[in-house]
Amino acid sequence: MNITNPNSQHTHHDDHHHEEDKKNLFGFWLYIMTDCILFAMIFAAYIVLHKNTFGGASAHELFSMPFVLTETMILLTSSFTYGLVMLSAHKNQTKMVLLWLFITFILGVVFIGMEIHEFTNLYNEGHGWDKSAFLSSFFTLVGTHGLHVTSGLIWMCALMGQVMVHGITKKTINKLACLSLFWHFLDIVWIFVFTIVYLMGAI
Amino acid sequence: MFGKLSLNAIPTEPIILGATGFMGLAVLIILGALFYFKKWGWLWREWLTSVDAKKIGIMYLILALVMLMRGFSDAVLMRSHLMLSVGNNHGFLPPFHYDQVFTAHGVIMIFFMAMPFMFALLNLVVPLQIGARDVAYPFLNSFSFWLTAAGAVLVNISLFLGEFAKTGWLAYPPLSELPFSPGVGVDYYIWSLQISGLGTLLAGINFIVTILKMRCPGMTLMRMPVFTWTALFSMILVVIAFPVLTVTLAMLGLDRYLDMHFFSTDFGGNQMMYVNMIWAWGHPEVYILILPAFGIFSEVVATFCKKALFGYTTMIWASGAITLLSFVVWLHHFFTMGAGADVNAFFGITTMIISIPTGVKIFNWLFTMYRGRITFSVPMLWTMGFFYTFVIGGVTGVLMSVPGADFELHNSLFLIAHFHNTIIGGVVFGYLAGITYWFPKVFGFKLNPKLGKASFWCWLIGFYVAFMPLYILGFMGMTRRLNHYDASTGWHPFLVVAAIGTLIIGIGILILVVDLVTSFINRNQNLDVTGDPWDGRTLEWSIPSPPPFYNFAHIPHVDTLDAFWHSKQNKINQNTNTHYEDIHMPKNTGVGFVLAGFIFIIGFAMIWHIWWLAIAGGVGTIATVIFRAFDYHTDYYLDASEVEKHESKYLNRK
Repeated sequence: MNITNPNSQHTHHDDHHHEEDKKNLFGFWLYIMTDCILFAMIFAAYIVLHKNTFGGASAHELFSMPFVLTETMILLTSSFTYGLVMLSAHKNQTKMVLLWLFITFILGVVFIGMEIHEFTNLYNEGHGWDKSAFLSSFFTLVGTHGLHVTSGLIWMCALMGQVMVHGITKKTINKLACLSLFWHFLDIVWIFVFTIVYLMGAI
Repeated sequence: MFGKLSLNAIPTEPIILGATGFMGLAVLIILGALFYFKKWGWLWREWLTSVDAKKIGIMYLILALVMLMRGFSDAVLMRSHLMLSVGNNHGFLPPFHYDQVFTAHGVIMIFFMAMPFMFALLNLVVPLQIGARDVAYPFLNSFSFWLTAAGAVLVNISLFLGEFAKTGWLAYPPLSELPFSPGVGVDYYIWSLQISGLGTLLAGINFIVTILKMRCPGMTLMRMPVFTWTALFSMILVVIAFPVLTVTLAMLGLDRYLDMHFFSTDFGGNQMMYVNMIWAWGHPEVYILILPAFGIFSEVVATFCKKALFGYTTMIWASGAITLLSFVVWLHHFFTMGAGADVNAFFGITTMIISIPTGVKIFNWLFTMYRGRITFSVPMLWTMGFFYTFVIGGVTGVLMSVPGADFELHNSLFLIAHFHNTIIGGVVFGYLAGITYWFPKVFGFKLNPKLGKASFWCWLIGFYVAFMPLYILGFMGMTRRLNHYDASTGWHPFLVVAAIGTLIIGIGILILVVDLVTSFINRNQNLDVTGDPWDGRTLEWSIPSPPPFYNFAHIPHVDTLDAFWHSKQNKINQNTNTHYEDIHMPKNTGVGFVLAGFIFIIGFAMIWHIWWLAIAGGVGTIATVIFRAFDYHTDYYLDASEVEKHESKYLNRK
């Protein structure tokens, strides 16, 4: 079998990679839609169970709004900085891409840190996930979002590495675009979490 | 160190030990043969690391057939036990084992027989039908398969290490919660389904992108073969339904592992939420299985009646209607929950409506046969057997969609007879028709029609003998999952007849195996050198059998439905072009196999609470994914001269 170097001789191969990129983005959109259904089911479970406090604390008594608002702002800002990653990528500015990725990463880490802080506080004050169906669904919903953000952070590290090795190419831009979809999607999910869990809980 | 795992986990039941011994022997023979014939390198290079959809399809097929044997053994155990377990005789299966057998039977037949069988056919046929060289994501395809295989291995390990769930195939809480199922059975259930379910979801995304983005030039949506259409609808159902299963099982897992209270009996848990959620996946699931079967029947009927399919457009719209409606009928699985008359009436009516598009399809097939030149080949026989059997199953289904009737029949053997009527008569007959039809394309030789017909008649007659008595037993009040009954019930004669039916089906399966083995041995006598053994209509028949690994040397251009048929009618030879171009191909990779291996380790470790091993598996998984992400050389170009060499080999064979 003859394996030729894709970078030499073949001009029509570039077209092929372009098709490939479009296919990857479409497939990733589909994945996001499945993730959306996953969250929808957990939201549904939360809505069914959120009054089942079994005599324990309800949403109204538990959450500190200023804290959660800060968390929200940090995540929204990270979405903005990720937008700057994409702008820099399209301008072919490798260093700026890495800088904004790093800032987005830090904001993500702070968000996760705050979430862990909130969780440990709740647990230590006797409001663990094993205390009522409401708390089970709360920890699962917010925790699932947190796990998604965490995997996004690991992914971001891997992408920073790839940008360092390969620079800004069509392929790395495509990969950055996929993480961009994922990151903004998590933001949108968080807005629903913020509204349904925290705002409506505070009422 | 080893969590809950100890030597006590090995069961001492003679039947289980016998089954374990048999399975161990089979594994030893395969391993021994691999060492003896020095085939390890071949196995790794040609199969385990292959990203070729056709090879992955064959592996799915092998998995499905092996699991068919396992699931069928469970059926034989249940039927023979019930034949004996009357009055003072308590049969040969103690209750705890009987409960595992019926759970394993359902889980294996749906998740590890029917689903892999469907993905086998999709992998083997869909890329060829749309004139594509592979699926959209070949690596993901290999990963999906190995996840399914990992799930199947977990289920089979449960046979001799611990136990399987004793809860029925959908593991309803509170029975499946820790206080009532403290063993590892439900954990085996959760992890094997989570792992294989992830594989299914990824495969669903893969095929949607393949069908929507990789069709050959000129193949508009309404020029797509019906099988590809039904595959598309089925995969749309997969990506919508499988996340629901993932969430449901994850919540059950959280209840069991972290003491949460989604479905527990206290602390505010809600068991009926589980039942709603699992059926919001479960009902679409049965349409995921049946829609591709409908596609197969459409291809078979058109080919063997030498006519274009009657009502192509209505067939597509009917499939679309079924796809939508399958999401609004789930509550008919539990009318007895007490949701009230209005809710029950709504779901009863939607259930009745779903039989309309299905009826449209049946008439389309019949009108295709009307005044056609029918060849009574083996795939055609399966199709006609399906008409009768599936219609009976459909009618009994509509009968139960009346909530009032359902209150009488709920969880009785009438229900068991109904869904076997549709699943065996529809899904199994369909897939067996499909594999007989496409077998020469995939392997390059035909199966023996005499044995095929014998197998078909055993299946058909066996089915009626085995399941018609169950309808009567349902009316007589026998409920499902019973393992002992009194002689005064009068059930015994019917259960004896049902057991005989199972035996006849068993002979059908045996003939199928004999057919596969003898056809393989005599393959030189029934080679398919034309690539078009049935005078087919769609693109897969335009290339040699078996297809070269790049499928099409030239990507075909089509301008009509059934393009290959029309090119034959108009005597256009598409294979005259001898100018070849380089072909872009994915490289083989073992990453899918390794990744699924790590995920298998996570599953196994979680089942037995071996936390350090689960963490190790998790680290391995993430590391492997990152390793793959950094690999930018995952494809290559096959030189035009190589393509020419392959093609001339095929052309000279004629």
